[in-house]
Parts: sequence; C-alpha cells; structure tokens
Amino acid sequence: MRSRWYGKLGDRAFTALLVGLGLAVMLVAVLLAWELAAGGAEAFRTFGFWGFAAGRAWNAVAGQFGAWPFLLGTVITSAAALTLAFLPALAAAIAVAEYAPRWLAEVVAYLIDLLAALPSVVYGLWGIFVLVPLVRDHVEQPLFLWSAEHAPALMGVLGPPTGIGMLSAVLVLALMIVPYASSLARDAIRLVPRDQREAMYALGATRWEVVRRVVLPYARGGIFAGVVLALARAIGETMAVTMLIGNSGQLPYSVFGPAATMASLIANEFAEAEGGLQLASLLAVGFLLLLLSLVVNLVADFILRRMSVGEGRK
Amino acid sequence: MNLRRRYLRDRVMVALVYLGTLLVLLPLGFILLHVFTQGIGALDWAFFTQPPAPPGERGGGMLPAIVGTFIIDLMALAMGGLLGLGGGVLMAEYPDHPLNRPLRLVANVLGGVPAILMGLFAFVLVVEPMGGFSAFSGAVALAVLMIPIIMRATEEVLRILPWELREAGLALGLPRWRVTLSLILPAAKGGIVTGLLLALARAAGEAAPLLFTAFGNPFLSFDPLGPMDSLPLKIYVYAISPYEDWIRQAWGAALLLALLLMVTNYLARRAMRRS
Repeated sequence: MRSRWYGKLGDRAFTALLVGLGLAVMLVAVLLAWELAAGGAEAFRTFGFWGFAAGRAWNAVAGQFGAWPFLLGTVITSAAALTLAFLPALAAAIAVAEYAPRWLAEVVAYLIDLLAALPSVVYGLWGIFVLVPLVRDHVEQPLFLWSAEHAPALMGVLGPPTGIGMLSAVLVLALMIVPYASSLARDAIRLVPRDQREAMYALGATRWEVVRRVVLPYARGGIFAGVVLALARAIGETMAVTMLIGNSGQLPYSVFGPAATMASLIANEFAEAEGGLQLASLLAVGFLLLLLSLVVNLVADFILRRMSVGEGRK
Repeated sequence: MNLRRRYLRDRVMVALVYLGTLLVLLPLGFILLHVFTQGIGALDWAFFTQPPAPPGERGGGMLPAIVGTFIIDLMALAMGGLLGLGGGVLMAEYPDHPLNRPLRLVANVLGGVPAILMGLFAFVLVVEPMGGFSAFSGAVALAVLMIPIIMRATEEVLRILPWELREAGLALGLPRWRVTLSLILPAAKGGIVTGLLLALARAAGEAAPLLFTAFGNPFLSFDPLGPMDSLPLKIYVYAISPYEDWIRQAWGAALLLALLLMVTNYLARRAMRRS
C-alpha cells in the first residue's frame, strides 16, 4: 500500500527529522555554555568564582588571573557608549517615524540600516586611522595641556593623551550601537496606533506635544527594550574595541588611557595562550561574558513584556 | 503655557530632532567616504589575483582571503541553514510540539550571545580535538551565529501564510510533510531566502569568531581542514600592522567587504519583495 508509506510513515520520518534538527540547535546552545564553564572550571577552582570575578591581577608569568579589570572595562565602555548614543538614536527614530516626509524618512532609514550592516573591523579600521588622530590632536591634547596648566589634579583622571584608549573605543562603540537602538525605537514608534495621535491632534496639541505625551509613553516598552538590547550588543562587541582600546588591564583606568574589556582580552590573548591555567582563565572570562549578556538580554525581554502598552492586541 | 510658547517649543524640538539625526548620519557619511576614497586605490588587478607579499614588501593581494571568505561563509550557510530551517519549520508548522517552548527560548538566548564566544565554542569543540586551526571550525562558529537569525526569519515567514493553505492541501489528501514541502516552503521561498541572505551578511562581516578558528593563512588554500584566510581577519591583521602597504590594502579589503555586504543585503530585500 503506497498511501501508508507515503502518509503515516512519511509524516513520522519528517517530524523526526525536524525534531532532530531542533534538538541539535538546543544541543549547540547547551554545549556552548557547558564548554565555557567546563573549560574555565580550572580557573574557578584555583581562585574561587568570586575570587576570579573580583581578582585584580592578570599576569600570565606569575600565574595570577582575575577578571575584574575586564569586567569593569566592559561595563564602563558599554554604559558610556549607550549614554552617548541614546538621545541621537531616539532623535533619529522620531525623525524617521514622525517628522520627516516619506522620501527623507526612507533615505535616513536606509542609511541607518547601512550603518548597522558595516562590519566591526571596518569601524575599527576607520577608528584607528581617522578617529584616533582626530581625537588625539583636537580633544585629548588640548584638554590635557589645559589641565596641566590649570588643574593638575585632573591629569591623573584624564590619562595619557595618545588617542588609543577608552575615549576612542567608547566613541566608536557609540557609533556602532546607534543604528541598532535607533531601528528598534523606530519599530516601536511605528506600532503606535494612528487614532492615538489623531485624538491628541483633535485636542489642539502641537506635534511635539503629541510625540511627548502620546507616542513616547506608548512606545516606551519597545524603546527601553531596544536600549537594553543595544547595551547587550555593546557588551559583546569585540573587534573595533580591541583595535582602539589599547588592551591594558592595568587599574585604575583613566578617560584617555588604555583599558581592556572581556571581549578584547579574549580576542587579544586567546590565540597566544600557553594553555593550562591561562587558557582556562580566558574561557572563564568567556563564561562571565556569556552570563553578563544573558542577564542583559533577559532584562530586555522582561521590559518588553512588562512595559508594552496594548499587549495582547497584537 | 500660552500658544506662542507652545509653538516655539514645537519648533525647537523639531530642530533638535533633526540635529540629532544629523549627528547620527554625519559620522556614517565620513566612514563611507573614507572607506571609499582610501579603498578604491587599492583595488587593482594584483589585489584580486595575488597572494599577500611578505611582511614589509610592497605589492601582493588578497586572493587567499577572498577565496577563503566565500568557502568559509558557504560552509557556514550550509550548516546554519539546515539547523535554522529545521528549527524554524518545526516552530511554525507544529505549533503545539512540546519542543517549541524551549527551542524558542534557546533561539532568543543564542541570538544574544556575543560573536566572539562562538569562536571559543568552535575552538573547544573542533580545533582542540582536531589538533589545529581549520576553515571548518571557523564555519562552525559562523553557523552558530546564523542559526537564530535563520530560525526567527523562517518562523515569521511561515506564520504569515494563511492556515487555509495548509487545510486546502490536507483536504486533497496530502500528508503533512508533503503540505510543508510542496505548498508551504515554495509559498514562503522569498522570505526564507531573505532570512538566509541576512544571516549570511551578518556572519560574513565578523572577524571575532574566526580569530582562533580559521586563524588566517597567507597562502591560497582550498582545504577545509587547514587554516584559511578571510577578508575580515585580513582587515584586522593589516590594520594593526606597521606596514604602509598592508594598511593601504586593509582599506581596499574594507571597501570590498562593504560592497559585498551591501549587495547581499540588496539581494535579501529583493527576494522579500518578489515573494
């Protein structure tokens, strides 16, 4: 009987295939977490989990490893980049979704998508050869000289004005997450129903009042979730930061001086790691990075679910 | 607040919003301008046809990196596409399968994992057991990056199709697998191709997962089990090198990579519109 083979068994085989592929996807995710944890276990055993996470020394020669400087570097750079990026990103989203005539909105949206599609290494390349000289000659050196004359106490906070360091990395990072945050905010704003706006206009509101009192409150869940997702992206961003930050885990950090993030540490040292405890420590840093980005992503998910107005209306 | 002040505030905010937009677009303009003007000069015949010159010497090209980019990315697309499509079809076509809830969670989580960790994953899973860097391990890392993107795109596209389409097929006596393969997937072809191409474009620009998997190789290589070069890797290595000619070629590679990604994104959009 053809139909039995064709029907029932065919269905079973097809479902089994799909389930197998689905299970493989889940296996990949589980393996990813497990391998980082197992690979880093030696570091966690030697220094203790909190001892490793809060350890300030990273010295391959002395066999001393702690993730604190890199954890701190990741948090500082991504938070600073997000602070810089937030308002311009929101402005661009409002311009595209509310203010601009259609042709202009399309052009701007296209350019922003283009900005998001550029690879990290290209940002890094541009950062090294265009941004770094610019920042060094026109921002860092004047400020440093000024502080040397008028406020010597500031010099330690500012750090060496070489261009390669925290400031340049933060600037490029901000540039990289702007399109991401902006397009998510744009999508959230576009979901605001038309009648909400029209009701406000009917009351005689100006355009800005409609944006301020209707659009932004309505879209706030999507906007904040977008912000947190952009933060997650900044936390994991590797190449551009590695190329610009100077890769030094020497605390304390300064505004202009070199620093390092968890991702830049891994990118920088992993290929040359001697194996043993250093390799384990790098994998352990990878595990901490995984945990951090998981937490941030879950927060974004939570915000999206809790703060959306009109949930359930689809 | 009187009317005049409200109008004034409205105007000021319009100006501020456009100013912020300009602040976003200006650096983008600079980046594109620099990549184009610096890169165009490096794209000569040798760039496309020759292996790199020894460190410090002038000349040479990117042939191994260009070939390697295509090989690694296509291998990754084959692996990531298979798993991503399977997961996506399962979630959309068997909505009450018990695997779906954990699968959706996993897809979300995987989508938020930094790319460099995919490199660590492939290093421990493939490079260490096989005893050396290889193009295959790089492809594994990029495939993991692609999976959640493809899965999400596939599920979304299939969900849009009306349920009546499936019912029509079932009413004709077709089994579910035939309905999926012969009705649903062809109907969603454009959207699925878009998802695949977007995932490809996203992975093709990544250098971080390849640093300690594909590793790079100055010689032309077609061996998936040996180290292989790729454009993003080459840009990174050349950009931080002290050699003027390498830096010049890094700009050329950046322009080439940006153009390739733009074409991929354009094709993705076109595939979507056609369906």
